Amino acid sequence: MTFTVQNREEIAVTIEKDAIFFRNAVKTYATKISMGLLYQTKIITAASEIVRNLLKYGGGGKAMIETVTDGRKVGIRLTFKDSGPGIPDLDKAMSDGFSTGKSLGLGLPGAKRLVDQFDIRSTVGVGTTVTLLKWK
Amino acid sequence: MSTIQALQSNSKLITEKWLLLQASEEGDFADAQTEEQKAEAAELVTSLVKSLTENSIDDPDSDAFSKVKENVGILSLSRARQGYSPRETATFILRLKEAMLEVLSSEITDAKQLYADSLKISKILDNIMINSFESFIKGREDIIMRQTDEITEISTPVIRVWDGVLALPIIGTLDSSRTQVVMESLLQQIVESESSIAILDISGVPAVDTLVAQHLIKTVSATRLMGAECIISGIRPEIAQTIVHLGIDLSGIITKATLASALRTSFDMLRYDVVKKSERKLATGA
Ligand SMILES: Nc1ncnc2c1ncn2[C@@H]1O[C@H](COP(=O)(O)OP(=O)(O)OP(=O)(O)O)[C@@H](O)[C@H]1O
Ligand SMILES: [Mg+2]
Repeated sequence: MTFTVQNREEIAVTIEKDAIFFRNAVKTYATKISMGLLYQTKIITAASEIVRNLLKYGGGGKAMIETVTDGRKVGIRLTFKDSGPGIPDLDKAMSDGFSTGKSLGLGLPGAKRLVDQFDIRSTVGVGTTVTLLKWK
Repeated sequence: MSTIQALQSNSKLITEKWLLLQASEEGDFADAQTEEQKAEAAELVTSLVKSLTENSIDDPDSDAFSKVKENVGILSLSRARQGYSPRETATFILRLKEAMLEVLSSEITDAKQLYADSLKISKILDNIMINSFESFIKGREDIIMRQTDEITEISTPVIRVWDGVLALPIIGTLDSSRTQVVMESLLQQIVESESSIAILDISGVPAVDTLVAQHLIKTVSATRLMGAECIISGIRPEIAQTIVHLGIDLSGIITKATLASALRTSFDMLRYDVVKKSERKLATGA
């Protein structure tokens, strides 16, 4: 499916404060397309999970916010890129309760449940890219 | 005369010109320059011209200027703290450049030499200015960091809402350092006030993700270890749905939609009855 990008912003994420700044930026974008409060909360929470993985496991990276449309619907697309160690077993990482960081292990699978489209690509030794899309 | 000699033998004149240029900038506050500022300026000029050598004049990054840069840095930092504007701080160094070039133009007669050396001096001062700017920004950033810490402190008050009942309204993002502050002040207040119930109100928390949830769970566990019960209130509908989709299990924790219903639950737990006056009369048959 092809989307048209209407608006775009890239934010470097290297410390926890960047993550808060990024989350607020997502809120601004979501408000601009008058996304409802429930969907806003869902995409912000999903973003929060992925951006924290990027910090904790990926050693920091970049996060991009876009307003996209497929011609009928408008939505927010978020892309997260890090050049960290990568994920050796994606199926495992995507399952509830799997964590190498002594955490709940709900970040990736939870984020997937909160958005309309979820894409994760990871290569060991190269890095991880996660894309989230939520329609208004 | 060589450029270096010209500048070194005229350091007093450069200082005077510099102070004059700064004073004209400040307009009505021309006499506001203190003896201390004058001494500061003289010292800076002296150390700058002293660091000029046949080698360093061609290399703005030379270590010879590190002492000058350090001093300018300290000055810019203190200016940032005192609330000077970036323009004022930049102008400060720009005027020094002006003063030096002016002196140079009256001392060096050969046009070619004057041009070449003016360029060199400009480059050195531009470099110093970039340094000063970095220090200035750093000074501002330090202020922001400190304010962030202060906000974290003041935004986590513990309120005694009833005998034995504490309430903690949490506003903003519940990150790791914040949780630490919340937990510490809560546990301390539980001991001090001998409270048996603590209400954590998250109405002001924008989103509950797995990390925030974990922080909440930890705070509840710590409260229970102290022999008190912890209720989480202010869970908005959209937050409740998001928590469910994330898959976080909060079933072991008492949660309420509002602070009012959490308070009601506390009264139940403490075996208090809240009744209207008229109803009490009816109940006692008076
Ligand atoms: N960007 C990344 N780079 C490398 N490994 C990652 C990355 N993101 C996730 N992982 C791996 O995938 C696992 C699962 O991630 P997930 O977010 O689901 O759980 P978690 O971060 O461990 O815990 P939680 O998010 O619940 O606090 C992580 O423990 C980690 O090993
Ligand atoms: Mg995670």
